[in-house]
Amino acid sequence: MSAEEPHEVHLVVNGTTYDVQVPARRLLSDALRHDLGLTGTHVGCEHGVCGACTVLLDGRPVRACLLLAVTVDGHEVTTVEGLAGPDGTLSAVQEGFRQCHGLQCGFCTPGFLTTVTAGLRENPDPTHEEAREMVAGNLCRCTGYQNIVRAVERAAELGREQA
Amino acid sequence: MKPAPVGYLRPTSLEEACRALADDPDAKVLAGGQSLVPLLSMRLAAPSTLVDINALPGLDGVEVDEAGVRVGALVRHADLLAHDGAARVQPLLRMALSHVAHAPIRNRGTTVGSLVHADAAAEMPAVLALLGGTVEVVSARGTRTVAGADLVVGPLESSLAHDEVATSAWFPALADGQGVGFAEISRRQGDYALCGVAALVRRAAGRVVEARAAYLAVDETPTVVDLLPALDGDPDGDPDEARLAAAADLALASLSPAGDIHATEQYRAHLARVLTVRVLREADDHARRRGQGGAA
Repeated sequence: MSAEEPHEVHLVVNGTTYDVQVPARRLLSDALRHDLGLTGTHVGCEHGVCGACTVLLDGRPVRACLLLAVTVDGHEVTTVEGLAGPDGTLSAVQEGFRQCHGLQCGFCTPGFLTTVTAGLRENPDPTHEEAREMVAGNLCRCTGYQNIVRAVERAAELGREQA
Repeated sequence: MKPAPVGYLRPTSLEEACRALADDPDAKVLAGGQSLVPLLSMRLAAPSTLVDINALPGLDGVEVDEAGVRVGALVRHADLLAHDGAARVQPLLRMALSHVAHAPIRNRGTTVGSLVHADAAAEMPAVLALLGGTVEVVSARGTRTVAGADLVVGPLESSLAHDEVATSAWFPALADGQGVGFAEISRRQGDYALCGVAALVRRAAGRVVEARAAYLAVDETPTVVDLLPALDGDPDGDPDEARLAAAADLALASLSPAGDIHATEQYRAHLARVLTVRVLREADDHARRRGQGGAA
């Protein structure tokens, strides 16, 4: 068996099923960007430190750069493209980031949005400390953390208002 | 930073997985991959084939009884961290797991995978060694049990043979009178520790009768040091500053902290000293609270 033999993989991303052929070494982050054309997932450090590539796998945040696409065959993936409503309405988390200027250059933003979406689902009413903890695994090189933490708290408020 | 070409197998039975490993000495087991995939991407590891064990049945359970906690090879760190039964029987698991990387990594990474990855900077190998836990290992040749203390033999080197799959780990329950503590210092919470210490203290009849600490990110393997000689004979009161300082001296005598770009040898030794005192006090307090019929 050649090591580059392609594997048939069914990825369910943002509710749509994609059948792609990938070599075993293809990272999920690259499969999303190159094979599916979903470039919202950003690739920063590629060894799990920065969190820019964070996506939801069966609803839980994971690093797309630390998963081989072939290993998530048949699982549900949500990328940043899947967070807004079908009509383009921003989610509470996206709206919170918009209102509080929770982004500067925007490179790290997709990872923050997916991480916070899952974080607020688990803990809809975080304390200030918990909001900080929620984003502690993601790096922002513009050091926009103060506004990002405010955005998490605002998103929690918006989420509670919508509930 | 992309992995080199690699083959991929997804066996659906343990026998099939063992056979694949036996047939190919360069094959490697993939579970959560949170330590392995970075090594592949940086091309520090280049196995011929990945044997993905995620489809194997029966490896995703946590079993808790009075004796301890058995953790299947596919249990993610996040699920063990959230497991109230496991935390009740052995509180050190939750204390240490909260320091294992960040939530998105804990969601995929497995505790057993972290153990056999054998990284001396990781929390769980030190915890397993401190508690005297074991790892259950299966190959085409049969089943064996590896003591936590014998698991890590060098940097990223476990005592498992290339054809063996770790199927579960067992952590003993906290015994009567025992207490535990854990602390680590890292540059960002969740990053690799510059130094971490786990401690276990047991009190009986108002005295410390058992005291040891395990060190991570200090030596090339997780090191467990018996600190009872420094605390022995402690009268009824708190272990005093002098005894705790003596325990830290005793620990340092068994450690050879290395320097790197994040911490010099001296700084790492300083951290080991400070954290030893801190976690011994924490473990002793914990033992007292439990001894007085308090909660775990």
